[in-house]
Order: sequence, then structure tokens, then C-alpha cells
Amino acid sequence: MDLTTVWFIIEAVLWIGYFVLEGFDFGVGLSLPLIGRKDRERHAVLSTIMPVWDGNEVWVIVAGGAMFAAFPGWYATTFSTFYLPLLAILVGLIVRAVGLEYREHREDAAWRRRWDLCIIIGSFLPALLWGVAFGNIVRGLPINAQHDFTGSLLDLLNPFALLAGLVTLSLFLTHGSVFLVLRTSGELRLRAKRQASVVGAITVVLGVGLLFWLNRLPGIENHRAVLVCSIITALALLFGLGMHLLDRDGWSFAGTAVTVGGLVITLFTALYPRLIPSTTNPEWSLTIHNSSATHYTLTIMTWSAVVLVPIVIAYQAWSYWTFRKRITLPAVDVADPSLENRPAPASPSAAK
Amino acid sequence: MDTVLLSRLQFGITIVYHFFFVPVSIGLAGLVAGMQTAWVRTDNPRYLKLTRFYGKLFLINFTIGVVTGIVQEFQFGMNWSAFSRFVGDIFGAPLALEGLLAFFMESTFLGLWIFGWDKLPKKVHLACIWLVAVGTVLSAFWILAANSFMQHPVGYTINTELGRAELIDFGAVLTNPVLLATMPHQISACYMVGASVVTAAAAWHLVRVARTDRAGQAAMIAAGGTAADYVRDPEDEDSRSAFRTALKIGTVTLLIAGALTFIAGDTQGKVMTDVQPMKMAAAEALYNTEKPASFSIITIGTLDGRHEVWAIKVPRLLSFLAHSNFTGEVQGINNLQTEYAQKYGPGDYAPNIPVTYWTFRIMMGVGFVAFAGGVLILWLTRNGRDPATTGFWGLVWRYGPILLPFLPLLGNSFGWIFTEMGRQPWLVFGLLPTRDGISPNLTPVQVLISLIILTGLYGVLAVIELRLFTRAISAGLPDVEPEPEPDSADKPLSYAY
Repeated sequence: MDLTTVWFIIEAVLWIGYFVLEGFDFGVGLSLPLIGRKDRERHAVLSTIMPVWDGNEVWVIVAGGAMFAAFPGWYATTFSTFYLPLLAILVGLIVRAVGLEYREHREDAAWRRRWDLCIIIGSFLPALLWGVAFGNIVRGLPINAQHDFTGSLLDLLNPFALLAGLVTLSLFLTHGSVFLVLRTSGELRLRAKRQASVVGAITVVLGVGLLFWLNRLPGIENHRAVLVCSIITALALLFGLGMHLLDRDGWSFAGTAVTVGGLVITLFTALYPRLIPSTTNPEWSLTIHNSSATHYTLTIMTWSAVVLVPIVIAYQAWSYWTFRKRITLPAVDVADPSLENRPAPASPSAAK
Repeated sequence: MDTVLLSRLQFGITIVYHFFFVPVSIGLAGLVAGMQTAWVRTDNPRYLKLTRFYGKLFLINFTIGVVTGIVQEFQFGMNWSAFSRFVGDIFGAPLALEGLLAFFMESTFLGLWIFGWDKLPKKVHLACIWLVAVGTVLSAFWILAANSFMQHPVGYTINTELGRAELIDFGAVLTNPVLLATMPHQISACYMVGASVVTAAAAWHLVRVARTDRAGQAAMIAAGGTAADYVRDPEDEDSRSAFRTALKIGTVTLLIAGALTFIAGDTQGKVMTDVQPMKMAAAEALYNTEKPASFSIITIGTLDGRHEVWAIKVPRLLSFLAHSNFTGEVQGINNLQTEYAQKYGPGDYAPNIPVTYWTFRIMMGVGFVAFAGGVLILWLTRNGRDPATTGFWGLVWRYGPILLPFLPLLGNSFGWIFTEMGRQPWLVFGLLPTRDGISPNLTPVQVLISLIILTGLYGVLAVIELRLFTRAISAGLPDVEPEPEPDSADKPLSYAY
């Protein structure tokens, strides 16, 4: 196989890693007001992602860096085209990260509410806008012979891309909800279950609509493969939701994880071998051949990835294993309802 | 305002802002890892308390360092897409490797460190913070490798057909003389910052305890007793002994790191003279080639920075800084301008002289003052002496520790402003002018929007961070009494750091 194709696949793997992992992070962040009604519940909800979200987020940095290294042309066009959406994503990621880290630093209700809002906004913006961006990339953009975007912000807000944005938003919320079902117990788990069922149903409708539309986009070369990937993705979602109804929490989470991965694979398959189709003139499309780095750079990068990616996956998996237990809220002293809104008592290791 | 100017301004603001947090993270990660090692080896709870105390400061700071780092990566493509196309084949690899080798390691093991205190064996948990510390240094290596290519391109060939630089020797990129000289200078400068933070927080608490002591003694005397009757509160006793240890760790690290920074900086100056003579000339506002060259303490030039009006100089010192001998020739701005105009065509090849001249001096000046501060603190606390609380030294103790960390921090910032401004008008020295690196489809309005939003956000975050930092410092040492508890189901994690 040609190294440029290998890197196209690695790029897909990195985005799968990002969306599967940070996808449920975003979903948990979005669930904050719905599932965590009191402060101690929101604290418990966030506890499910606290040790791992930062590691999840690195996947996007690496996906961006690898795009820069392997397909500099793709990186340059994509990042300059989505200038304002990426700005919104950056602002979202910044306020979200700071919110997650700083929320617990003060026992002050107003302080925590403000950071909760930042976490919600910061989960909403990327969850929606990454979908819009990828929708546009697959659909194609007005690109000139120099591979520069010639349209305006309004060109990016077309129905297909917006639908893709809604799909990532609702899919990540479903993914995050089933993750919460898997990682919590008691009342929190029940609320997460109800939410997963409702949002899951919406995702099925939106997702199937997007996959239909995707298969009918002009310029796609791998019709059969795209169709197969679409069907597998849809089946994975149905499987995940079915397992959810049967209370098989682990299988249900695996199902939504495969759905997220399947969606990325479907989008990348629809692209291949193009990177961004030009709607101005198909001749001007970015492809893996006219936008890639040299063979020498790709060789270095391939060896680095082959050695390092498995190591990264291994220690991240170990980190998930370390924090695998369900989060259980300690019982609240009913005699003193004022305790309800206090933060949960610290665990043994608490830094006081 | 045009997109180039606005984008440069935005990049400058985001990178300098990012770099307020990076040195603190790099320096504190290593020092906290050292303190935890001391705890694991000695089992002395004092070291555990210090680890927790400074670990909290590290974490408050680390977050903003990470999120502002993502902005840098995105900006290469967002604002400088032509640059990304031109150097992507070379520049992208270190950036991707930074993520693969360093960022994953830092963030994953940091999560394990924060929340793994009661879930991991002691030594495994200790290894986590060391991996974080190593990760921060690796990260610096890769980003400096990318930056060094911009200062001094090596290991490439120009593909005229595709209009880009292509990598032909990755080894050359990783052994770029600029990289090898910058790396030790940068890392030791970061440790100066981390050490200053440790020193400052420790000094603040020692001053606090000393004040309480004096007040307590005065109350004893007023009540008819003697100063010796005063017994210190056990918590303050604890604080005093732990922070004396921290003060020593901080000051000694500051002095070692300071000495290494100066030595490495000197080496870097020689490499710079070699590969970027214009930057050296600009740093010194040396207009005409001199042999031997004198070092300028103050130079006043014409307003456009083209000519020297008046200067105080130390004879032959610049020759020594540039070449390690007192007679070497140092090229001047005007001579280099003529040379570059012949080589690269007509144009202005001198950076902004007042900016390079003053940032270079401020960088060195604040570095030396920070070093002197470390020496002074060691001297004032010799043989177990407490900080003074009254008179001149009382004032020094009151405000000195608060100011101390800002000195090496500003040294780092001005160092970067100097090295990046000194590279102008080139984005990649000799290959790509800054003007040609901009994204062609960008409008000034777009850049202005992002500039305002990011700068505003950064301003708010800086205030929040400073408040959290001071709160965490004044909260004092944490309580670390062991409370064994069965680990059956997870309670919500404590991330009260």
C-alpha cells in the first residue's frame, strides 16, 4: 500500500480515537444540567471523566499535528477555511478545560455554576462544530487552483454540514449518556438511562438521514464501501440502543463507540482518495497525492506512529482500568437537607 | 491594519501568554517530582505535604498552559496557511511527535497522578509524576526543534515545482546547532521560574510565621512575661520547618538553574552570531562592523533605529560573547543589510532594533536580578534565621518574594520576544518572508475578531489563575493524615487540588 494511503488511514484512526474518547466527554459535559441536578450530583457526573478527559483531548492535538506532517496541504486549507468555527471550538475547549479543572477549587455556589456553564458551552460548541466541519469537508468546498477556500462563512452553513453537526451533537450526547449509565449507580444512572433512550431515538432519525444523504453525494468513488460502512454504523447504533434497553451497560457503550468510529470511517471512505473536493472545479480538489508530505517524511512518521501509538493506547487503557469502578454517591444525611447542595465528602486521598 | 500585522500581533500575544504558564509547568513538575521522591524515600510527611502543596500550584497552572498550547497548533493553519504549506513537510513532524511522545504522556499520567493517590502503589504513583516531568521536557524539545528550523533551516531542499521546503535529513533537524544551544538555555530558564515559585511561596509563609511569632512574643512581654514564654502554635511550627526546607530547595535550584542558564545563554549567543549575525547585531544595536567589538550597556539610536547617536560601551566584551576571544570581528547591521540585499534582493533585512536591543537587555537583566535574589535569600536565612519583619529588611521580605517569580518569568517572555522579533523580516530565515506566510483567504475582520476574543479570554483567565494561585498559597500546607477506607465502590473523585 502507498504510504499516502497508510497516512490517510492513520489520520482516520486518530480522529476515531478523538471522537470515540472525547465524544463521551462532550456528552458527559452536555449532560451536566440534565443529570446532575444538585451540586454533589454534578460533581459525581464530572468524576466519571475527570482523570481521563485531558488524555482524550490530546487525540485532537495529535490528529492536527499528524495532518500537518502527513498532509500539509490538507492542514493548511482546512484550518484556514474553518477560521471562525475553529475559533469557536478553541474558545469552547479552553473554557471547558478550565471549568473542569477549576470548578472544585472553591466551595462557592456561584463560582461552580459559572464553571458548569462553561463546561456545558465548551462541550456543546465542539460537539456541534466538528460535525459541521467534517460535513463540509466531505461535501466539498469552493476551492481554487491554489487550494485556497474562496467562499464565505455562509458557504459553511449549508444544510448537509448542519445536519452533520446535529448528528455529532446528538450522537456524542447519546454516547456520553450510555457512558454515564455504565459509570454511575442509583438515581444518577436512572436519569442517564432515560436520557440515553430519548436522545438515542433522535440520533437514529438524524443519523440515518445523514447516512442516506451521504450516499447520494456527488463525486464519491467508493459507493459500495460507503454503503457497507453506513449500514454497519447504523446497525452499531441500533445494537448499542438495544443493549441499553436490555441493561447491558458495557455492550451498549461498546455499541455507541463503534457507531462513532463507524461514522468517521464512513466519512473518510466517502472522501478517499480526495481530502477536500473542490465544488468549483473537481480538478482543483485536494487529494492524498497532491497534498501529502514527501515519502521521506511519511516514512519517518510511519515508524514513529507504528512504535508510539500502541504504547499510547496501552497506557491510556491502563488509566481507564485504574479508574474503572462505578461512581456511587454516598447517602445524604436526611436530617440535614442543607447538606444536599454541599460537595460530596472527599475520598480518602483528598487533598484538603 | 492588514492581516499580516494583526496575525503577527495575535500570534505574539498568544505565544507570550502561553509562555507565562509553560515555564512554571516545566519547572514545578520536576521540583514536585523531586519532593515526592524525597517523601517515598524518607517517609517524612513533611515532603508529602510539600508535594501536595506545590502539586496544587502546578495543577492550577498546568491547565491554562495546555489549553493555550492548542491555540498555537491551530494558528499555524488558521493564520499562516501559506507557511504551513511551505514548511509542513519538515515542521509538521516535530509537532506530531510532540503530541505522540509528550502530550499523551503528560496528560494521561497527570490524570493518574492527581486521582491515583489511593489507587496506585506508592512507587507507581511516583513514576507518574516523573513521567509528567519528563513529558514536559520532551515537549519543549520537539517544539524547539520546529522553532530552530525557522531560525536556522537545515536538512532540507527546496522543491521549486511545488514551491515548498522538503525534508531530506531528519537527523540534521534534530541536531540543529540552534536547537542544541537553545534547549539547555530554555530548560534551565524554566527551572529558574519553577524554583522561584517554590521559593516565593515558602518565603511568604516564613514571613507569616515570623510575624505571628513577633506578635506573640510582644503579647507575652506586654502581659508581664518574657519572649521565651511564647510557644508557637504547632501548625505554625510545622509550616515553618516544612517551608524552610522548601526555601532551601527553591533557592538552591534557582542558583544552579541560573548558572546553567547563563552558561547556556553564552553558548547560544555564539551560535546565534554564527547562523543569525543580524540578530546578534540587532541585540547589540551594533550598526557598523567592529573588530574587536565592544558590548553596549546603553545605546541610544535615531528614532527609526537606523543609526547610533550615543552609547556607553565595554570594550572587547562583545567579541568575547560572540566568539570566546577578545579580538573577533562582529558584523554590524548596516554591513549585513548590504550583504543580504545582494543575496536576497532589495528589501529591509534588519529587525526592529529598539525592540531587539531592549528585550535582549531586559532578558539578561531580570535573569541576573533573580539570581542575586536567590543568593540574598540564602544569606538572609543562614543558620536558621527567620525573615525580618520590620525596617528595611522587613520591607524586602514583604514584597521581594511576591516579585521574585515574575523576574525569570519576564526573562523567559522577553527572551522569546527577542528571538522571534530578531528573526524578522523572515518567517523561515532566508527562505520565507513573514509577509508571504499568511493565509491568503483571511480577512482583517476575521483576525480582529479572533484577536479580541482570545485576548479578552486570556485576560479573564489570567485574573482567575492569579487569584487561585494566591488562595492556594495562603491556604498553607494540606492535612495528610492517613484515613484508611475500604475501596469497594468509587465515591465521586476528589479533585480538590
